[in-house]
Amino acid sequence: MIAEPFGYSSPQSLDEAYALLHEHGDDAKILAGGHSLIPMMKLRFAAPTHLIDINKIPGLSYIKEEDGFLKIGAMTREVDLEESDIISSRYQIFTDASKLIADPQVRNFGTIGGNIAHGDAANDHPAVMMALDAEVEISGQDGKRSVSINEFFHGFYTTAVQHGEILTEIRIPAASGHFGSAYHKAERKVGDYATAGVAVVIRVDDGGICTKAGIGLTNVNAVPMRAIRSEEALVGSMLSAGDIAKAAQYAAEDCNPSSDLRGDEDYKRHLVSVITKRMINRALERAK
Amino acid sequence: MGHSKKRKEDARFIQGKGNYVDDVKLPGMLYMDIVRSPYAYAKIKSIDSSKALEIPGVVAVVTGKDLEKYNLHWMPTLMSDTQMVLPTDTVMYQAQEVAAVIATDRYIARDGKEAVIVEYETMKPLMDPFDALDPEAPVLRSDKEGKTDNHIWHWEVGDKEKTDDIFSNADITVKQQMHIPRIHVASIETCGCVASYDKVENHLTMYMTTQAPHAIRTVIALVAGHVGLTEEKIRVISPDIGGGFGGKVPVYPGYVIAIAVSFLTGSPIKWIEDRSENLQADSFARDYHITAEMAGTSDGKIQATRFKVLADHGYTDASANPSKFPTGLFSIGTGSYDYGAAYMEADAVYTNKPPGGVAYRCSFRVTEAVHAIERMTDMFAKKAGKDPAQLRMENFIKKEDFPWASPTGWSYDSGDYHAGLKLAMDTVGYDELRIEQAQLRKEGKLMGIGISTFTEVVGAGPSKDFDILGIKMFDSAEIRVHPTGKAIARFGTKSQGQGHETTYAQIIAEELGIPMEHIQIEEGDTDTAPYGLGTYASRSTPTAGAAAAMAARKLRDKAKKIAAHLLEVSEQDLEWEPGKFFVKGAPEKVKTIQEIVFAAYTNHPEGMEGGFEATHYYDPPNLTFPSGAYICVVDVDPETCDIKVRRFVAIDDCGNIINPMIVQGQVHGGLTQGIAPAMYEELIYDEAGNILNGTFMDYLVPTAVESPNWETGHTVTPAPHHPIGAKGVGESPTVGAPPAIVNAIVDAVAHLGIKHLEIPVTPFKLYKELKAVGYFNQQEA
Repeated sequence: MIAEPFGYSSPQSLDEAYALLHEHGDDAKILAGGHSLIPMMKLRFAAPTHLIDINKIPGLSYIKEEDGFLKIGAMTREVDLEESDIISSRYQIFTDASKLIADPQVRNFGTIGGNIAHGDAANDHPAVMMALDAEVEISGQDGKRSVSINEFFHGFYTTAVQHGEILTEIRIPAASGHFGSAYHKAERKVGDYATAGVAVVIRVDDGGICTKAGIGLTNVNAVPMRAIRSEEALVGSMLSAGDIAKAAQYAAEDCNPSSDLRGDEDYKRHLVSVITKRMINRALERAK
Repeated sequence: MGHSKKRKEDARFIQGKGNYVDDVKLPGMLYMDIVRSPYAYAKIKSIDSSKALEIPGVVAVVTGKDLEKYNLHWMPTLMSDTQMVLPTDTVMYQAQEVAAVIATDRYIARDGKEAVIVEYETMKPLMDPFDALDPEAPVLRSDKEGKTDNHIWHWEVGDKEKTDDIFSNADITVKQQMHIPRIHVASIETCGCVASYDKVENHLTMYMTTQAPHAIRTVIALVAGHVGLTEEKIRVISPDIGGGFGGKVPVYPGYVIAIAVSFLTGSPIKWIEDRSENLQADSFARDYHITAEMAGTSDGKIQATRFKVLADHGYTDASANPSKFPTGLFSIGTGSYDYGAAYMEADAVYTNKPPGGVAYRCSFRVTEAVHAIERMTDMFAKKAGKDPAQLRMENFIKKEDFPWASPTGWSYDSGDYHAGLKLAMDTVGYDELRIEQAQLRKEGKLMGIGISTFTEVVGAGPSKDFDILGIKMFDSAEIRVHPTGKAIARFGTKSQGQGHETTYAQIIAEELGIPMEHIQIEEGDTDTAPYGLGTYASRSTPTAGAAAAMAARKLRDKAKKIAAHLLEVSEQDLEWEPGKFFVKGAPEKVKTIQEIVFAAYTNHPEGMEGGFEATHYYDPPNLTFPSGAYICVVDVDPETCDIKVRRFVAIDDCGNIINPMIVQGQVHGGLTQGIAPAMYEELIYDEAGNILNGTFMDYLVPTAVESPNWETGHTVTPAPHHPIGAKGVGESPTVGAPPAIVNAIVDAVAHLGIKHLEIPVTPFKLYKELKAVGYFNQQEA
């Protein structure tokens, strides 16, 4: 469990970090919480020649509501999400997810930005972000740009973050009206990646009609995916048991799980259906 | 006795001041890393070390060809088979050692390992033990002259004719094939050593993670005697150990390579495995394919059992059993029930898997046996239409029938099985749970109650039957009391977390009246401790604990003589109470043990040897037979098939209890290692011989989160032949828990048409089984 030799820098500012990214080229990697990257390096599945540690850069860790958005700094630790009043009162989906991410030691250091930027469909936050319709702020020497989460994940471990860029902020449309959200994953034991996970966001009007639905799925597709047919089945409906069952069925049909030690394709589709149903109901409960 | 004294050793452990083998640092020490085979079965075409040797700091690369020059490329296993230290031509399993890289630090050694280029010619591995029996199967151990198949040994016990006869005439028979999967002890500390050979003194000091330091010293002397390393020139030191569970009994190739390299270079060599090496290459446990049968009457009386085992040993039989017992103590599998006929047979085969067969927190294959008998008892109860608790009550060996002769030749020493199960049922509220279960079923909810009432067999063992490579399995204690009445006691065993420093001190304190705080316990250094065969198979209290009591009693006899001398009375006039002798009827005439010990050095009677020391080698007259009654309650999510253990009641009977807190800790840990194979753990290989879960990401060791709130309790039936009536407890929960859990899960879904579930019962596996019986169709319909 010893990584290949690598270089290390600890920039004090984003500008310094961008310069280091350019200097070290394609084989440099950003080190955030390190709880995905370092295990891969120790197993020698990943061998970056240089690590640029952004933990010392100030101003990248915050949770605030501003300009109609919930804004989360990329270096915000999972534990900060768990302990935030804003999160626990209005965005319970994060609390659900954080509690299911690894263990307290990992959550004390793992960051939300790293969880997303790693580009792994097995991570939990990507599905949560999709359900929440998040935007991701990507920064580089040429300034900042904003990318919809729907365009963010390009493939296995590849994202919209280009060389020389750093993911700096996550923006989520602020909760409004009768808004509810929930996340759950089936896991073989605590700390495991999801066998299947489902993130659900629901908004209903005063009459109980669903005006917005977001559903993201974890680890049942090569890249994090949105269950679009399921969302469409819900919006405009009264969220009856039949509507929910239909959404659950669509999610199970539309995902593309692969068989592995966690379960075969059939079992995973079954789980997606069951968890989708349960999370819609939980989100709805919270929306009331 | 019977006091929950805080553990003496914990002061250093909770402060991070334990001294483990990786804490050993010696001047000039070099580090070793091991190149391992990516293939399960392959010829080695070439090994090119040149790139590795170019790395600054890489000192040497050692291959099988190098060891062959000293005839050290093969070594014997504890079961008298042979195992490669490093291969000269063929690798037999994935992760097998291929070459060793020696470097000036651990990081360079790791880089050097990456730079060694090995060219292989792969062959199709033999992974299925049933395929291995096929006459057309390739012969894996072609190194053995005249070997024409993959069969290792055949074993049988019991009365075949009588058993077969009962089966052919029985009202009810049940039969089930089951696999007790290959698992790993996965101790948190991996294996490792520092081998330090002094060329000038021709002396080897071996710091290593071993549960049996004395036996290891003897083995090293037997293997390396021909190069001049004789037993008096070898010192094995086993420092603090972070969990052993049987996995630190065998001699692994890494230890031998480290010794060989230290011998050749004169430098101390440190080798510490990483997690995956430990999981992928070190000895596995279990891996028994069992066809189990039970016969009985229509009113639920068990009459006979028949077990047939196929044991997958990997490429060599590196089990850690007493030599005369190739299947360990599997023949305990007739269980806690009173019937007179049983027949068991086993065959072992070679496959392209890692060697092993260690007794993982289990007294040599008892876990496999208990799983079979307890599953069969439930299946038999189901077929007889009886409640599994009631059926057990009706079949238990009665308290007054001990000692009880089992149909496979054991003499059970004592037990009160009815009392144990009754206490467990009362604690869990058995009758109410059955009512609740009936109600929940009406609501479509799945809840199950499972029972396991097992008998363990521990404390190996009586020297007439038990030896390892000829060395009898007694164990030892040496007590030395200093003039001021403080003592040091040394043992042939070796704690890996069991709390010996506390338990042994309590036994001596009880026997001699010296406060336990004043008794220092030492183990693990072969230069100072008396000879013993180590700690595994729950044998420490039954053997070394007994030796401690016996040695203390020798000292008490001497103390009595000295007290008589000091008080100027005859010995018959003295009475003992812990800590002092006094004159009968004149309690003011008293000598404390401290005064007596001081006199042993300053004023001992004429004709008596001075000093106050005693040694005892305890040869147990019988094994001890702890038992337990476990009841598990599970709730199964009818949609996701998640299994939640709602309650787990464990009533153990380990005879007299020395330290209840230590026993409870042992039971908690053992139960957690019991849910492991029942619900989580299994080493999985694909057809190409690749291990699919060689890290803790996929080899699922349960944590506190997966552990239910264990509810523990005791009945106390002393071992009649043991000096303090104790039986041993470390392994009972690991042995007894899995069938209780599986019986509960099967019970939860039995009404849906499920008769048996293979372990580990994961939600995924349960989903497939329920789907196969059409459960989800009914749900949707």
